Amino acid sequence: MKKNKSTNKALYLVPVLVGAMVLTSWTTLNKAKVVVDGVKEILGAGATFPFPYYSKLFDEYNKKTGVKVNYQSIGSGGGIKQLQAKTVDFGASDAPMSDDEMKASPGPIVHIPTCLGADVITYNLPGVATLKFSGDVVADIFLGKITKWNDKRLMDLNAGVKLPDMAISVIHRSDGSGTTYIFSDYLSKVSPVWKTKPGKGKSLDWPTGLGAKGNEGVSGMIKQTPGSIGYVELIYAIENKMPVGKLKNKSGNFIDASIQSVTAAGNVQLPPDTRVSITDTDVKDGYPISSFTYLLVYKTQNYDTRTEAQAKGTMDLIWWVLHDGQKLASPLNYAPLPAAAVKAAEANAKSIMFNNKALIK
Amino acid sequence: MPNTSIKRIRLINFTESAFKKILLLSAITIVVLLFAIFLTLLVSSLPSIKTIGISFFYGKTWDPVSDKYGAMPFLIGTLLTSLLALIIATPFSLAVGLFLGEYYRKGIISTVFRNIIDLLAAIPSVIYGFWGLFVLVPLVRSIETSLGVAPYGVGILTSATILSIMIIPYSVSLTVQVISLVPSSLKEAAYSLGATKFEVIRTVILPYTKSGIFAGILLSLGRALGETMAVTMLIGNSANLPTGIFSPSNTMASVIANEFTEATGGVYLSALIEMGLFLFLVTTLINVIGRSIIKRFSID
Repeated sequence: MKKNKSTNKALYLVPVLVGAMVLTSWTTLNKAKVVVDGVKEILGAGATFPFPYYSKLFDEYNKKTGVKVNYQSIGSGGGIKQLQAKTVDFGASDAPMSDDEMKASPGPIVHIPTCLGADVITYNLPGVATLKFSGDVVADIFLGKITKWNDKRLMDLNAGVKLPDMAISVIHRSDGSGTTYIFSDYLSKVSPVWKTKPGKGKSLDWPTGLGAKGNEGVSGMIKQTPGSIGYVELIYAIENKMPVGKLKNKSGNFIDASIQSVTAAGNVQLPPDTRVSITDTDVKDGYPISSFTYLLVYKTQNYDTRTEAQAKGTMDLIWWVLHDGQKLASPLNYAPLPAAAVKAAEANAKSIMFNNKALIK
Repeated sequence: MPNTSIKRIRLINFTESAFKKILLLSAITIVVLLFAIFLTLLVSSLPSIKTIGISFFYGKTWDPVSDKYGAMPFLIGTLLTSLLALIIATPFSLAVGLFLGEYYRKGIISTVFRNIIDLLAAIPSVIYGFWGLFVLVPLVRSIETSLGVAPYGVGILTSATILSIMIIPYSVSLTVQVISLVPSSLKEAAYSLGATKFEVIRTVILPYTKSGIFAGILLSLGRALGETMAVTMLIGNSANLPTGIFSPSNTMASVIANEFTEATGGVYLSALIEMGLFLFLVTTLINVIGRSIIKRFSID
């Protein structure tokens, strides 16, 4: 009797295990393919930074054409993953995809810049309004080499400002983020030490400081901590009226972070694929921690069961973003593309094919 | 007539067995889900287990840029915050447990206290995080300033304090439960021998309930290990090895929460999932041990 009971129990375990295996393999293997008929809806996913701009853009586009654009701001990494899994019509990323990510994709991916963003240096120093920084000083502060506000190098940059004898608390992002990527990309260019360690990336092994989640976390902690310094997105700083440092660029000018100086930073000769870093820009009046943000689409659009109408709809949207859409950027504090970038983006958009036929002529 | 009553019986039989099958199915689904989660974690962390191996547990550098993943600072951060939280919470939960289990077992006071303590468990953890950020952080910062350590405000002590408040309801409810299980014959015997209330607690109730109280502490440890949001907001998120209870640190759960969304690339993502797998196994183990102690206790 007893033996019988235990075999009974074992029998129950069989469906449990089988079910578990089925569920796991289903989640790992199933790459759900969303097929949308016609061009009623276009799906996109990715970067959170341009989300307010994109939602305004897509809302206007819907009013104008009736095409609904469903954009999920799940983060650049998520956007790239979704595009690689072919679950979306376009992805969006703050940093251009790395060569490894390009290789890991099932087909060649085209980058189309849509607007620019920037990181600003913000701080909480009672009684001090505007400070001037240079790249090497910022790098050494975040490396933990400059630890006091009245350090000689900071004093030299800010002649006439009374800097207190106060310890510097470094605040950085704790979550993986495009903001950190741009910031560390800039510091890697201006500081050879930074380049070897910690280097550039969305998450770093920070040598010093506290981590806070999101722009709001960083700014909250800075407001709370006297003597702290950190970096946030330009838009976030503008909207919250945070104190922002002037930064010395390559030409030796101290630049205020503004929509104009960020757009100016991008007015450079772009490589054909537009995957370019414009931090530490050569432009005389350009702000040095600026970056393009991109939409990502497959070069060959006739994949899987994708219809030509859907591909064409996606490209029409992108074309519209590059032209009429640009006017919507500045009112939302996003820096619109400079003329050179629009030209490069146009060329890229025209290179996208469906059955070897360009979708935009 | 007999024909219809047979039909009725058949219908009843059918509904009875269908009902039983539905119950069984939903029970099995839950178990299957648990296994599926475990297998998914295991399969997805294989690349990291293969590349990093055992050094995942003792490596001190967590550097996604150069693809080095040593989770030791986070293991220590998790352990320190949780244990410190237990040290802070245990005297309180024991006191409250005795208060509600022995002194005020019934009546308005008891009801009010019980409800409020249950309410503590229902507060979303992000609210605890906010409260900690606005109240606890300045408080800890002023302590740090007077002690002359770096006045960050956030760190191990701050998150452990918040955690201790969050886990108190779990150990209190179990402590009250086991105290009420103490046979009244034992207590009455002690009273009849002239023992005071304190002596009864010390010599009868505590010895009798100690394994149950320990199980309560263990279960709240399981809760503390996995707590994410409030800790992420208050721990300072630093990947350096902590040097004291005021240092900023990081826990496994908050690293996953912070870095998962932007983790691309095979080993990085896989290493985060491996951390999740480890957390899953540890909390499961702690829960199983806790529950088996309670089970033995109630059989006794």
